[in-house]
Amino acid sequence: MHTDRTDRRGHRPGRGAGIPERADDARWRDAPWNGGHRGEGAGRRDGNGWHRGEPDGGRDGDRRGERGGERDGEWDGEWDKVTGRARFAAEYSPRAALAYAVPVQATIARGEVRNVDSETILTLPGMLAVLWHGNAPGLGVPEDSGLALFQSPKVAYRGQFVAAVVAETLETAYEAAARVRVDYAAEPHDVVLRADHPRAYRAWEDAPGEDGREAVERALREARVSLDLTYTTPAYHHNPLEPHSTVAVWEDQGLVIYDSCPGAAAVRDTLAELFTLPPSLVRVITPDAGVGYGGAATTRPQTVLAAIAAQVTGRPVQVTLTRRQMFAVTGYRTPLVQRVRLGADGRGRLVALGHDVVEQTSTTADPAAGPGAAGGPGRPVCEVLYDVPLRHRTHTVVPLDVPAPSWSRTQGDLPGVFALESAIDELAAACGLDPIELRLRNLPEADRPGSAAAGLAACLRAGAERFGWAGRDPAPGVRRDGRWLVGTGVAAAAYPVAQSPAEATVRLDADGRFRVRLAAPRMRPEERAALTTIAAVVLGVTPERVEIELGGEGGAAAGPPAPAAAGGDEPEDVVRWGMPVVRACEALAAMLGEREAHPGVPLEARARADAPDGGHAFGAQFAEARVNLDTGEVRVPRLLGVFTAGSAADADALRARFTGAMTLGLSMTLCEEGELDERWGGFLNQDLSHYLLATFADAPDVAALLLPGDGPAPDPAEADRLTGLGTSGTAAAIANAVHHATGIRVRDLPIRLDALVGRLPTG
Amino acid sequence: MRPFDYERPWNIDAALAAVRDTPGAMYLGGGTNLIDLMRLGVLAPELLVDVSRLPFDRVEETGDGGLVIGAAVRSADLASHLGVRRRYPVLAQAALSVGSAQIRNMGTVAGNLLQRTRCAYFTDVTKPCNKREPGSGCPAVDGVHRNLAVVGYSPSCVATHPSDLAVAFAALDAVVRIEGATGPRRVPITAFYRDPGDDPRQDTVLEHADLITGIEVPPAGAAAHSAYRKVCDRTSFAFAVVSVAVVLEVTAGAVRDCRIALGGVAPKPWRAERAEEVLYGADATEENFARAARTEPAGARPLRDNGYKVPLVRNLLTRTLIDLAKKGA
Ligand SMILES: Cc1cc2nc3c(=O)[nH]c(=O)nc-3n(C[C@H](O)[C@H](O)[C@H](O)COP(=O)(O)OP(=O)(O)OC[C@H]3O[C@@H](n4cnc5c(N)ncnc54)[C@H](O)[C@@H]3O)c2cc1C
Ligand code: SF4
Repeated sequence: MHTDRTDRRGHRPGRGAGIPERADDARWRDAPWNGGHRGEGAGRRDGNGWHRGEPDGGRDGDRRGERGGERDGEWDGEWDKVTGRARFAAEYSPRAALAYAVPVQATIARGEVRNVDSETILTLPGMLAVLWHGNAPGLGVPEDSGLALFQSPKVAYRGQFVAAVVAETLETAYEAAARVRVDYAAEPHDVVLRADHPRAYRAWEDAPGEDGREAVERALREARVSLDLTYTTPAYHHNPLEPHSTVAVWEDQGLVIYDSCPGAAAVRDTLAELFTLPPSLVRVITPDAGVGYGGAATTRPQTVLAAIAAQVTGRPVQVTLTRRQMFAVTGYRTPLVQRVRLGADGRGRLVALGHDVVEQTSTTADPAAGPGAAGGPGRPVCEVLYDVPLRHRTHTVVPLDVPAPSWSRTQGDLPGVFALESAIDELAAACGLDPIELRLRNLPEADRPGSAAAGLAACLRAGAERFGWAGRDPAPGVRRDGRWLVGTGVAAAAYPVAQSPAEATVRLDADGRFRVRLAAPRMRPEERAALTTIAAVVLGVTPERVEIELGGEGGAAAGPPAPAAAGGDEPEDVVRWGMPVVRACEALAAMLGEREAHPGVPLEARARADAPDGGHAFGAQFAEARVNLDTGEVRVPRLLGVFTAGSAADADALRARFTGAMTLGLSMTLCEEGELDERWGGFLNQDLSHYLLATFADAPDVAALLLPGDGPAPDPAEADRLTGLGTSGTAAAIANAVHHATGIRVRDLPIRLDALVGRLPTG
Repeated sequence: MRPFDYERPWNIDAALAAVRDTPGAMYLGGGTNLIDLMRLGVLAPELLVDVSRLPFDRVEETGDGGLVIGAAVRSADLASHLGVRRRYPVLAQAALSVGSAQIRNMGTVAGNLLQRTRCAYFTDVTKPCNKREPGSGCPAVDGVHRNLAVVGYSPSCVATHPSDLAVAFAALDAVVRIEGATGPRRVPITAFYRDPGDDPRQDTVLEHADLITGIEVPPAGAAAHSAYRKVCDRTSFAFAVVSVAVVLEVTAGAVRDCRIALGGVAPKPWRAERAEEVLYGADATEENFARAARTEPAGARPLRDNGYKVPLVRNLLTRTLIDLAKKGA
């Protein structure tokens, strides 16, 4: 018998024989996944401590100079993520040997931690510490009490970090975390969102009393056509590719944090408050971001955990969350119950609109803060689309034993538009009007500020033309192609556009290169690449001649602590630079013509943009849906979005963002759902095999058409906002198309086959 | 995840011996299911014995026109094998429907038959589950069970078996070849999976150290047509919500042979014997197909949230029979 035992060097641990320390065990030390190359002198770090993402490590350093510092003019940042060259927070390896912390998550949804058995765990080899409220250092109370790790025995939701282990290796830490015994005093929990929940409180009501609610209700009663409809959307989870991660190092001068959160300034301030340090002693370095939007725009518990663990052990500590851990602690969009009431006259003109929104929050949230986190679906975005004489909106919040929601992909406008634009489609059917015609009849006056009139009408008309809307038979459930029912749907989209103050300077240097300087602390590679392209297009030169320079003195990593001062604290501080770049480049381009007239004058132009209330950008989305007669499977072979994108310089990049955003919208319409586990609290489907996202095959033909317009346009570099506009309306367009195909109205997302099968004609 | 040992024996005897001698040992195929479960803490084998490169990695012709599919054949190779595609479309289609290209390149046929349920409680070690810890309870019965069984389950476990290949093999009357402590044996796929009963731990009749070496597929009837149809919650790269595997032979307008297996409805591939009975000798008409489909899944008792699977699988079966009969005509 021949058995290959080459992999069995070192001692062989029996089952339950404890955890071998990596240092003693050659199998572990040498394994590539165990960081055999980590640590001092391993030769696989560059000068700044970044692991090489590629075999020929030297090349990178030669070409790019210091990580995070200024680039030497190349503009290939946009490829870094697909070539593996991008560096993420977890890849930072400090000079002192790194230790690893792994959180222990609550297995009850409400109650208290009585005790954590740290003694037994600490005897395992390779263990450095077990942290819990019984032994953790005290923290200053942060604004978000979810970040006050291990400060009290209270458990507010399942999955909350109640303890953590710190160990020499990641594997040891995982295994030890799995073995930590936490003794709880559990209390009955309540995790189910209901509109009539006894703990529900009214966060706001926009028009109470006689002129508001009562007038609306009277009008609805008396309206020729009156609809009262309820729509629900489930919890949505971010699921970015990069898991949230942090490396924390305490140095003589203070705390240094490498973090996946792009909002460096926000992280800095939160940590300063928690560890009662002056902000100048907290240095936050946010390398390439593989995560963003609501999930990572604010400080998350893993950052705090890394800092505490580093403080307690005196070692640099890395925390990288697993996919499963992220479902509880990195935020999610609240599930929503939305009641929409519409009243219209005989010609399809809206006379009254009621929109009542119910969302959940955590019991630890401050009621005074209002429903801000998820951005209420009743936000004015739903108002700007149509002119309705009487409106009444309420927003109700139900505190439950759940993690605190955050905004997700976009603010609440997204589900808000789903409900409103589904209801508008239902109204069109009730009035016997084409849904585009009904929308056109209800556009606000063109001269009202922020009016949808021109933009929305243009999007609807252009989309109808491109999509082939003309001659559409309004009858639902009558078109067949083989075993598929076919239908089309439309929905309007709107998203607020705001420009935070930002300034750009562009300079033509003697070497013939254009240098664009931004007071931005740091930037995602794709943002940088997009801005390079934008500048090049406006200047009329090749992108190779354009360089983007960040920060005051070099980039964030190389710069002094907290260079973010210039960038402000908003999480979107890295994505708001498009407009000033466009304006500055336009100015410089104009000056270029004068150069010959005034030789020797240095060419430099500066521009500032600031429009806190920029109105709204508009769009219209069109979907074709096919529903299988036998199985109820829904396919969306075609999705078209038309957007008022203004004078976007980099139309390709912009279109790519819109189609990406529309694909996200499709994903949330057809696939995504955070499944609440009523009995145990928390979410059950905590991985990508159970939490389904759309695949390529689900989105075969997603197209975006950009309309030049004079209305306010989204900043070309504002990825977050564009996602907001691009996802807004997708869900309703698809739901409306499903109705047109089948005659079945699905008001609860996601639209899956179980909502349809058995209700379709079988012949 | 706990430390474990890894061995790669070069022949079957060495593999058998390695697992037999270590109670905590498990065979390793492509690892697409086992490694995941180890990461999640659901399984903690002490020793992995890699059998993915043992010499049963081919599809072989038997003299009588059947096939023996080696245990270590990857799903991708099964899906593209010419003989399989020509004579057993049902099997090629099932193999092609597995996961993604990456999963098909890694996952082996034996591993596919032995993969564990996708019940989300099973993979969440912070919650009870009788399949993981007998006697701890089954939270799925009143919990999240939209995708679980409608038939053949027990109160102790309502999980489904997620394999696509097993459903196709069941319709083909395939036989599993096993090497064990007491020598080789052959078990029909229809007798391979256990009913959950009071102890749902073991999905199959395999004992410790039993090694699957291959799957025998009997010769295909000359006039038979076959198809695998899988319905998922998204267009690709997902487990079946339900699936059907059908082998149908129609001669002179009448059903001469008919074998049907249903996936996603039970803890095992569900052989639709009732429907088969209705169809044997019957005229191959749409009415008869629908009538047969309505008898299945025989004895179905859907849970609170999965009643939709019953019309779904009936419709899917009816349509698959109609389409296959048209091919034969
Ligand atoms: C993302 C994802 C999607 C998937 N989608 C699908 C899908 O759509 N349809 C589907 O059917 N499957 C799907 N799978 C499951 C996957 O196809 C199967 O897990 C795969 O075929 C298993 O094969 P493997 O070789 O990787 O098994 P392993 O993970 O190596 O092993 C699985 C089990 O089989 C045992 N085993 C392996 N070989 C032998 C042998 N020769 N004798 C005895 N025991 C053995 C192992 O001990 C283990 O218990 C998916 C898996 C993933 C991760
Ligand atoms: S259905 Fe089976 S696998 Fe799922 S929880 Fe119940 S016992 Fe466990």
